[in-house]
Amino acid sequence: MAIRSIANLRNGEAVPLDQIPQVHPESFRSSILSAAATGHLVAFFGMSEEDHVRLIAIVARDGEPALCVTSTMVDAAFPALTPDLPQAHLFEREIAEQWGVLPEGHPWLKPVRFHRSYRAGRDAWGRSEGDSLVPGVMDYFVVEGEEVHEVGVGPVHAGVIEPGHFRFQCHGERVIHLEIALGYQHRGIERSLEGGPDKRTVHVIEAIAGDMAVGHALAYSQVIEALSGTEAPPRAQTVRVVALELERLANHAGDLGALAGDVGYLPALSYCGRLRGDLLNLTMLGCGNRMGLGWMRPGGLGAAFQPEVAGQISGALARAIPDLERSFNLIRKNSTVRARFEDTGVMPRATCEELGIVGPAARASGVERDVRHDLALGGYATAAIPVATWSSGDVFARARLRWLECSNAAGYLRDVMRSLPSGDVRRNPGELAPDSIAVSLVEGWRGEICHVAVTDARGRFRRYKIVDPSFHNWPGLAVVMRGQPISDFPLCNKSFNLSYSGHDL
Amino acid sequence: MLKAFFERIRQGHRTLPFPPQEEVLPTGFRGRPALDPAKCREGCKACADVCPTDAIVAGTKPAVDLGRCLFCNECVAACPTGAIRFTPEYRMAATRREDLVIGAGAPRLARPLGSERQLLRRSLRLRQVSAGGSAGCELEASALSNVVFDSGRFGIEFVASPRHADGLLVTGPVTRNMRSALEKTYEAVPPPKIVIAAGASAISGGPFMGGAEVLDGVEKVLPVDLYVPGHPPHPLTILDGLMRLLGRIRSA
Repeated sequence: MAIRSIANLRNGEAVPLDQIPQVHPESFRSSILSAAATGHLVAFFGMSEEDHVRLIAIVARDGEPALCVTSTMVDAAFPALTPDLPQAHLFEREIAEQWGVLPEGHPWLKPVRFHRSYRAGRDAWGRSEGDSLVPGVMDYFVVEGEEVHEVGVGPVHAGVIEPGHFRFQCHGERVIHLEIALGYQHRGIERSLEGGPDKRTVHVIEAIAGDMAVGHALAYSQVIEALSGTEAPPRAQTVRVVALELERLANHAGDLGALAGDVGYLPALSYCGRLRGDLLNLTMLGCGNRMGLGWMRPGGLGAAFQPEVAGQISGALARAIPDLERSFNLIRKNSTVRARFEDTGVMPRATCEELGIVGPAARASGVERDVRHDLALGGYATAAIPVATWSSGDVFARARLRWLECSNAAGYLRDVMRSLPSGDVRRNPGELAPDSIAVSLVEGWRGEICHVAVTDARGRFRRYKIVDPSFHNWPGLAVVMRGQPISDFPLCNKSFNLSYSGHDL
Repeated sequence: MLKAFFERIRQGHRTLPFPPQEEVLPTGFRGRPALDPAKCREGCKACADVCPTDAIVAGTKPAVDLGRCLFCNECVAACPTGAIRFTPEYRMAATRREDLVIGAGAPRLARPLGSERQLLRRSLRLRQVSAGGSAGCELEASALSNVVFDSGRFGIEFVASPRHADGLLVTGPVTRNMRSALEKTYEAVPPPKIVIAAGASAISGGPFMGGAEVLDGVEKVLPVDLYVPGHPPHPLTILDGLMRLLGRIRSA
């Protein structure tokens, strides 16, 4: 009898944990490599199982509506995937840091968030309890040679922005290599969720990345709904789509302005900054908070969606979107802006696929990867939203793609608002299924958000894994900087606009 | 060029008249909570039980700690008698931590800086430090620089270096990993200097309160001169607090 090495799981589905195959590490490795050859790694994490660590990997294969899930049991070490699958690189560093398990053969094994191992006395770098952990202190890749110099920036940056350390190896103005050290924002979120859900859980989830609160809270809500067998009412499903697209619109508008600002084109910065606020205010109309806090809740919505609010949002969008289009056109038609945006920070499609890049950054390099389309759930399953792509992979493409997504979202919302189902907006989720695993993916404005929950015998969280899109994409920023003038770093950075807190958890 | 010029005219003037003219935020915006103790039932603590950050003391003299409050509406939904509700009132910033604990009466809003730091009154340059902030508070702080709130009108601006700053505006619960960077940034600010804790996380740890990797707020590390409640605080809450701290808004 053939032993299944991979289980298939739909987005938003929960299954008993014993349905996930547990295979030999070598077979685990080959299954992932073969699945990821036509897809990408969605999540790869460890979970304690008695005194061992169970590794679980989830792969999304292009064009397939199911996720591939497999697992293996390890103790001190396992053969690293990274040499054959570069997109596993940060996942394996994370596993090493969290569980003190060594991915053997990993070419770039360094801490990710600078915290103690979850397994007492098991440290991947052999550090003892007494050794102090200083964030950002690790072995950096160093380039040596005549006139080669190093530039270190951060953790505290010049702008109103989160902390992270960037270390550039430069030859003159040219960047040879950029290494990014994060972890300053580490708040211990995953560990703090264990034993839950409790009254604080959803609030911690909403603060994973405050500018993507709707996306993360929706991913969490879908996890709870899967584990409790609850289905959110139709009206809630539709309003969730509205909330997620409003979050996308506000952030994309803000990013377009910030990109213009980074090359000194102030008119578009001003207009888009104002528009971003106007769009946040629509989220506030929907739920009472500009960042959408309190809107998404397991079982539906946290706030009733008043009929007049739909009209107000539609009216305001009809005013804001033409303004945004004109602002984008100012950017698009200004030759000096174009000169800075075009051919800057180019990410070739092949690099994108190799690194497992997600979200607008992937679509701007021509990769059609979008949870709303590939693994559509809830409102997106009943009404499809067009997926935008652009092919040039440069800063211009990432700007252009943001506008295309705004335009698509606005058109989509116009249709959705007209056919808003009536009825209640929340069902009370019951107890969570014990000894089960649930996976939930949401296409947030930055890209693919993945939440995985594993419950214990009492139906409490035994492990809660969060993969923010930024976790996939930070290495992408480092790679596009190679060969760029260092002065283009702010612009390239803004064109990705990644989350530090979402990465650091 | 001409197109940009016409677009400028079309976009019009967008800056709020606040201050001096008060802004009224729409009903539904969850600003300062209001308590009506007369409606509280004997022995009922439904609000306190559901509060995710234990911000509410129930009883005959109920109180809400705005420094812990996440403005999340759980208490309002749980209250059987409507004794607690959220108002659109955005003015909440205070200079003393204890002033954030509000009962049925009017809260004590921020007061001007003492005489030794009055030289900051006419312009205030701030260095922002995100110490575990989730970007929510940071975005609302940076919104002060946009054309709508335009804090530059009042000489209030964010600067790139702590050495150019009069103080720090800190967001986030202060992670262990940011403690040292926060302290160094503070040291780099020339005196006299001020520290502003913006948002529930920066005041008390917020949703991360009690966590192993965070220090539960800025005041565990630095002396705080202004507490700005909110999760995240509305830009108007921050602006109002700063203007009060500078003695340029004094109304109750």
